[in-house]
Amino acid sequence: MTASMLPALPVLLPLLGAAATVVAGRSAWAQRAIGITVLSAVAAVAVVLLVMADRGGPVVAEIGGWPAPVGIVLIADRLSALLLLISTVVTLAVLVYAIDQRIVDYGRRTASTTFHPIFLVLSAGVSLAYLTGDLFSLFVAFEIMLAASYVLITRRTDATRIRSGMTYVIISLASSLLFLTTVALVYAATGTVNLADLATRVAELPTGLQTVLAMLVVVTFGIKAAIVPLHFWLPDSYPNAPAPVTALFAGLLTKVGIYALLRTRTLIFPEGHPSTLLLVLAAVTMIVGVLGALAQNDLNRLLSFLLVSHIGFMIFGLAVSDAQGVAGTALYVVHHITVQATLFLVSGLITRRTGTVSIDAMGGLAKRAPLLAVLFAIPALTLAGVPPTSGFVAKLALLQAGADNGPGTAVVAGVVVLASLLTLYAVVRVWVRVFWGEPKEPLPDPDPHDDLVVGTARTSMPMYAASAALVVVSLAIAVAAGPLSGITSRAGDDLVDRTPYRTAVLGNGGAP
Amino acid sequence: MTATPDTRVPWDRWDAPAEDWMLSGECPAGTERTLLLELAARILFPTVLVFSLYLLLVGHYGPGGGFSGGLVAGLAFVLRHIAGGGSDGAQIGARIKVRPPVLVGIGLAVAVVTALVPAAFGAPVLASVKVGFHLPLLGDIEIVSSLALDIGVYLLIIGVVLDLLRSLGSGIERDAREATSDQTGAA
Repeated sequence: MTASMLPALPVLLPLLGAAATVVAGRSAWAQRAIGITVLSAVAAVAVVLLVMADRGGPVVAEIGGWPAPVGIVLIADRLSALLLLISTVVTLAVLVYAIDQRIVDYGRRTASTTFHPIFLVLSAGVSLAYLTGDLFSLFVAFEIMLAASYVLITRRTDATRIRSGMTYVIISLASSLLFLTTVALVYAATGTVNLADLATRVAELPTGLQTVLAMLVVVTFGIKAAIVPLHFWLPDSYPNAPAPVTALFAGLLTKVGIYALLRTRTLIFPEGHPSTLLLVLAAVTMIVGVLGALAQNDLNRLLSFLLVSHIGFMIFGLAVSDAQGVAGTALYVVHHITVQATLFLVSGLITRRTGTVSIDAMGGLAKRAPLLAVLFAIPALTLAGVPPTSGFVAKLALLQAGADNGPGTAVVAGVVVLASLLTLYAVVRVWVRVFWGEPKEPLPDPDPHDDLVVGTARTSMPMYAASAALVVVSLAIAVAAGPLSGITSRAGDDLVDRTPYRTAVLGNGGAP
Repeated sequence: MTATPDTRVPWDRWDAPAEDWMLSGECPAGTERTLLLELAARILFPTVLVFSLYLLLVGHYGPGGGFSGGLVAGLAFVLRHIAGGGSDGAQIGARIKVRPPVLVGIGLAVAVVTALVPAAFGAPVLASVKVGFHLPLLGDIEIVSSLALDIGVYLLIIGVVLDLLRSLGSGIERDAREATSDQTGAA
């Protein structure tokens, strides 16, 4: 057991867990125990990696002992260890929620040879995406993640949901193809796919070629992250999956796209000044997303549009592209992963109470389910960025970065404030219409045979507990804002400096 | 059956094979059997399996490996299924009843454990060791420890193909049965 194997564990442990849950396919309890144990272990490893990376610099594992740039390396620096930790915690909470939802719907003994393994495979893919130091492995990580998500979004549903799932599958396949093409072009132009090595090699290329590659990367990861105008698939596909799956996708998958953008933009294609293109994209994404949300009557679609809107916030920090902006984005990702997953989990609880996702058909839920009203209100206000929540802390970091970088970024910082206020309006309107007013009778489940159970009001304590745990995590982010923003600002410095990452991967030969 | 025949077996059954010559046994879609394909499958099935093992073993230095070996072995089962193996074709050897998902799980577990084992010896994850030894008749043999990873992949791929046969193939059979019963119902 050496420190150098640690970065491999978050990938290998979930895979091993997936294998074990398949073999134990007949024992529901074994599957649940394996899933929770594995994710807890990964969270523990992530904590260790974060502490090690924060104290002694990036932790590197050379796979098979082959040194970079020839071999594949896994590297945990401050940013990837932090995102790995928060993602695993959210995944764990979603798993607990999903397990209890399955117990409520299908009984204690229901085992599944698909759900548990695929869930863990997805988690392995997400971990690999955070940890890999190699563009092709990043593609592999995306594929692992996406292949698992195709199964989760289309299993045990009816024809309409398969149809909306197909939108997701086709768009994702198209973006994968684009990603693979990009990897091939990058390799053809530079002869390497190692991210640290690319940092110097790409800078030697002609400017035109650099721009083309940089734009390809933005489009590829932009589809994944749902940047307007590449967001159209998201509100059509995510809301139709069962609540835990939507929560996982909304919380993690788009953020992995943001992470990939963050990593490649800072390491390979640094501009050194605010990027006009990304600033415009950020502003448009924020506004289009939140306006779309205001027009929705379907609770899940509304949350999906808010998700798109808040992707714009993260792009904004990235567009500012100095250490402060990048640090702001990192903090925002941490906050948003937690809060968006919580909102979708709570939305699942709400639809189980009301039997519908239509906000018009809901009302007066606060009297019948006061706990639910609180569980929705806290993450909703956090999302809007009301002080003293984690959303406020994260937005403040972004606004500071925007204010310090000239008039262009200051204008978009104004858009950030506007979008936050509109978000506040959107969520307050939802809260008032769903929880206040005359109580309405719940509608029956329109299709009792699919995986989407609504209107039965049957829930279990752990489902509430898992949602509440995520609310507590997001409150903890606000409480620990000092040390956390310390870590993210050091991560931002590292990302913009690039030297720690490259020295860790390539040794001193990588120093410029 | 060259030994003295059991007197209780009627004389005209002495030369009957000990097991079914056609591995297929009962064919669910009985209307579309072809004798030629079933015979060919009977002969090709073990041959293809041996070839898949060859691919698995030479994979470290030559073309092949766990993935292609597993696919070729999977094709052997596909052939038997098409020749009329029915859902039984998805059970290895029709005697060793392993559920395909379990095969997938075992394969994945073997591969992941292979990746983790070097770490127990202080080597990087996925590092491999070459072991050379001398065998009579076969000469010098080198075995690379990453062969275990290939074996895991091999099992995983066979499991995936068998699971596809089980889930998709049984649907085809059901359709065929329904089509037959419709015809008889109409007649």
